[in-house]
Amino acid sequence: MNFISRYLALHYKNFISAFTRITEQPLGSLMTIVVIGIALALPAGLRVMVNNLSVMSESWDAAADFTIYLEMTVDEKNANELARNIEQRSDVDSAILIDRIEALAEFQSYSGFGEALEMLEANPLPHALVISPTDGPNSDLSELAMALEAMEETALVQLDTAWVERLRSILNLILRVVDIVTILLGFGVIVVIGNTIRLEINNRQNEIEVIKLVGGSNGYVRRPFLYSGFWYGFGGGIIAVFTIWVALSLVNSSATLLAQLYNSDYRLIGLSLKETLVLLGTGALLGWSGAAIATVRHLRDADPE
Amino acid sequence: MIRFKNVGKRYASGREALSGASFHLEKGDMAFITGPSGAGKSTLLKLIALIERPTRGTVLIDNQNTSRIPRRRIPYFRRKIGIVFQDHKLLGDRNVFDNVALPLLIGPLRHREISRRVRAALDQVSLLEYEKSSPLSLSTGEQQRVGIARAIASRPALVIADEPTGNLDPDLSLEIMRLFERFNQVGVTILIATHDIELIDKLHYRRLRLDQGRVVEMPQPHGH
Repeated sequence: MNFISRYLALHYKNFISAFTRITEQPLGSLMTIVVIGIALALPAGLRVMVNNLSVMSESWDAAADFTIYLEMTVDEKNANELARNIEQRSDVDSAILIDRIEALAEFQSYSGFGEALEMLEANPLPHALVISPTDGPNSDLSELAMALEAMEETALVQLDTAWVERLRSILNLILRVVDIVTILLGFGVIVVIGNTIRLEINNRQNEIEVIKLVGGSNGYVRRPFLYSGFWYGFGGGIIAVFTIWVALSLVNSSATLLAQLYNSDYRLIGLSLKETLVLLGTGALLGWSGAAIATVRHLRDADPE
Repeated sequence: MIRFKNVGKRYASGREALSGASFHLEKGDMAFITGPSGAGKSTLLKLIALIERPTRGTVLIDNQNTSRIPRRRIPYFRRKIGIVFQDHKLLGDRNVFDNVALPLLIGPLRHREISRRVRAALDQVSLLEYEKSSPLSLSTGEQQRVGIARAIASRPALVIADEPTGNLDPDLSLEIMRLFERFNQVGVTILIATHDIELIDKLHYRRLRLDQGRVVEMPQPHGH
């Protein structure tokens, strides 16, 4: 117990003194930390953006409906019958008839082609059915689509959510790109911290030499540098969290305005507590790793042997 | 305490610093290593502290064959040896107390015990009142005494010194040597490399002269 408590006390001392040393050169340290912060904020910010887009696209899932345009030969009575038949299916929640006359009237009033449409001799629109599937849009709707397509009254089946699917694929693609950016910038952070620690080792060459000559183990010599790396990475993480928060605040008012235009009360989602902790932890871990690599390489240079 | 058996050391540059050096220093002894610059005095001390390894032969320290000590055990081996350098190797960014505490901080001692030992070591070199000073504010002689305090702070059984009086005038040099003498009197084994023949003529201790890479026993000067 005694040994452990002394060991912990030593770590704690290194932990604090590494922080003190960083604050002793505020400008240089701050520049390093800001560079790390930006490198961390970029992938994290992109993730927040993609996250917002996918949450938004989920709220459009309700619109995962089919529209069936019937053949012109199908009259209102048959269309009604058809709608009732389709509603019997277990995978269909509702089937609503959109009467061709109503549809034309609606089209005339909303499309701006009102006068042009009046010149037509006959109503060019067919009856249409709007089918809401029982399952959500993420389920496999191809069977239902094929069945609807196979009916002889069907002229055209249109899945209204096809564009949502396309958006999702694009978001997935962006996520992969973000993954690559994350890995590259993670390496960048390791290199930046590694280089900073290398300079620190050079500045403290005398101290390292003396400590080694009086019997300090490599672990003892390395520890303060590892904690320096930790603090650089952690500080960078704080800068990244702050940067994302500022960026979201700047974008938020325009996003709210945009959402209002779409009759939505959508609010931008920032970093959750868990994500914030992950970001800080990642920064600290990358800092520690960068320092570990630098110390392994450069403490050997300082070895008197 | 120290036994060299036919030790050779050839550096990567091709320079042969030692070739077949043999000698034995008993526990509790004190001796000087002499010889002109470049005769291999520093190399001999470096082999003792495992800063270098011999290219042939055997070095036994406290009956331990140093060639059997793996690299990762070297720090623990060095903790048993106090080393004094010509240029003191004090750290200017911390005070005298912290410099002397360095070899104790790496070990398992508690803070209070460290303070006690640092003060005891500073007291032995008569520099207790300077514990809060920067080593840079001290004279060269005082700096060397801080270096000696650091070497003895962990109470090693063996102290080696490489030209400890190299930068000092004769009076200060003698004062430093008297310090080593005092530690020797309480049982510490001491090996000092120096080229200052005039100085060690005043002291009657065993003398080993490095000649052509070998250790030659020199007659002891007659006492006062």
